[in-house]
Amino acid sequence: MKLRFVLSETFQGLRRNLTMTFAVIITVAVTLTLFGAGLLVRAQVDSMKDYWYDRVEVSIFLCGASSPEPSCSLGAITPEVRTQIETELNALRPLVQDIYYESKEEAYQHFLEQFRDSPITQNVTADALPESFRVKLSDPTKYEVIAAAFAGRPGVEQVQDQRQLLDRFFKLLNGLQVIALSVAAAMLAVTALLVINTIRVAAHARRREVGIMRLVGASNFMIRMPFLLEAAVSAAVGGLLAVGAIVAGKVFLIDKVLAPSYRFTAFVSWEQVLLILPIVFLTGIVIAMVAAALTLRRYLKV
Amino acid sequence: MITFERVTKRYDKRNRPALQDISVGIQPGEFVFLVGASGSGKSTFLRLILREERATTGKVIVAGRDVGKLSRWKVPQLRRGMGAVFQDFRLLSSKTVYQNVAFTLQVLGRKNSQIERAVPEVLDLVGLADKMQRYPDQLSGGEQQRVAIARAFVNRPPLLLADEPTGNLDPATSVGIMKLLDRINRVGTTVIMATHDAAIVDQMRKRVIELEAGQLVRDEARGVYGQDHQP
Repeated sequence: MKLRFVLSETFQGLRRNLTMTFAVIITVAVTLTLFGAGLLVRAQVDSMKDYWYDRVEVSIFLCGASSPEPSCSLGAITPEVRTQIETELNALRPLVQDIYYESKEEAYQHFLEQFRDSPITQNVTADALPESFRVKLSDPTKYEVIAAAFAGRPGVEQVQDQRQLLDRFFKLLNGLQVIALSVAAAMLAVTALLVINTIRVAAHARRREVGIMRLVGASNFMIRMPFLLEAAVSAAVGGLLAVGAIVAGKVFLIDKVLAPSYRFTAFVSWEQVLLILPIVFLTGIVIAMVAAALTLRRYLKV
Repeated sequence: MITFERVTKRYDKRNRPALQDISVGIQPGEFVFLVGASGSGKSTFLRLILREERATTGKVIVAGRDVGKLSRWKVPQLRRGMGAVFQDFRLLSSKTVYQNVAFTLQVLGRKNSQIERAVPEVLDLVGLADKMQRYPDQLSGGEQQRVAIARAFVNRPPLLLADEPTGNLDPATSVGIMKLLDRINRVGTTVIMATHDAAIVDQMRKRVIELEAGQLVRDEARGVYGQDHQP
């Protein structure tokens, strides 16, 4: 009985305030979609980090016959120096997990594979590519140790940390995430303000009912619940729209467009998406209800 | 039923208090007129009982409870023990007579079966059994006030507060309302009615408490309105 009465009051309120209800629903939907997108970018960065940090190596490129670096003034590296470097790398275990030597010929094969469809392959010969040691570290953040030991010494053209290249890319993604989340935060604030205003209007429209309810001794629960539910229902509808938009984004943008075109990397999984959806959905409801509750404290004093 | 112990109510510091040092007791089952000019403190007296206001100093005790000390969440419970009627009826124009009265029981969470029994019963008591499906604006002022009384009384509270219930009604209609309040009083309900309708007070011959500028100036068991009765 109590529940039915509260629900009927709630839906009456939603109907009476239809334009405001729609405003809240749309704002919540847009806000939560952005919020979810921000969280997805973060999940994307995480899964890419997991994927790539497992694969990154430090490359020690060795001098070729025509390398311009001062450390290569003696010309191409000799087998003795190369063996010396390999010995020293072995001495750095267990930081150094794996050492792999890539000859000019192998480098050329990789190159051909990578640029299969490009005319550039016709102008490059195996001789133009440097031989290198590919070093896998047990802790990829300790790149400095390798750099300090080998950068600039005779026979070494360059020490390159792939992780640094990736980090630049991750910084870009992080920037995107910060932007998405800041916009979402601003929108959440707007949503809260809109809910506050909506509830204020609703409380004003029903001040006679509320006055009578107080007079006859209705509990605070009975008086406030319809307003709180009004906010919660609008937020829930908006939240469902946002959830739909995020799922659609995963299906149509990530799975159908991005993943087939960029096969070399991992994209957010359904597991990660399903983890984000309830957070997004509940955030909307919680914010709307808190905003409504605070408004009611001010406007519906006993 | 109700005890005022040296009650003073100040709304702000500059003006004189709305009520000053009032001590008075009202027994269960009494019918009390609260008389006095506008601004004499009648409404404040009622609002203190309803706990819409709190006494600045002194105690207001209703049914054994010091209402000034009542925590906020217990106020609804206090108000369920009293009905209130006002000069402006305060009906919901979008609801029928039946729905207006049922509203009280609905917001108190009563069962449907109980509502369906109690509402026609109380509407019969106030003489509106044949107008249950009308809307307030289809009723006369006197009928609207009867609906308001039905709403206040449907929960059968032991106390009924009426703030100028006949203030908007013509004398003939007022008599009808007074008969109804008298009937409610006769079944054991304590009735406190603020009014400045001298004819009604003189006719009923009930206890009269007179306020003047916030002070209690007269408390007579079978009083009249009494312009000639100044202390």
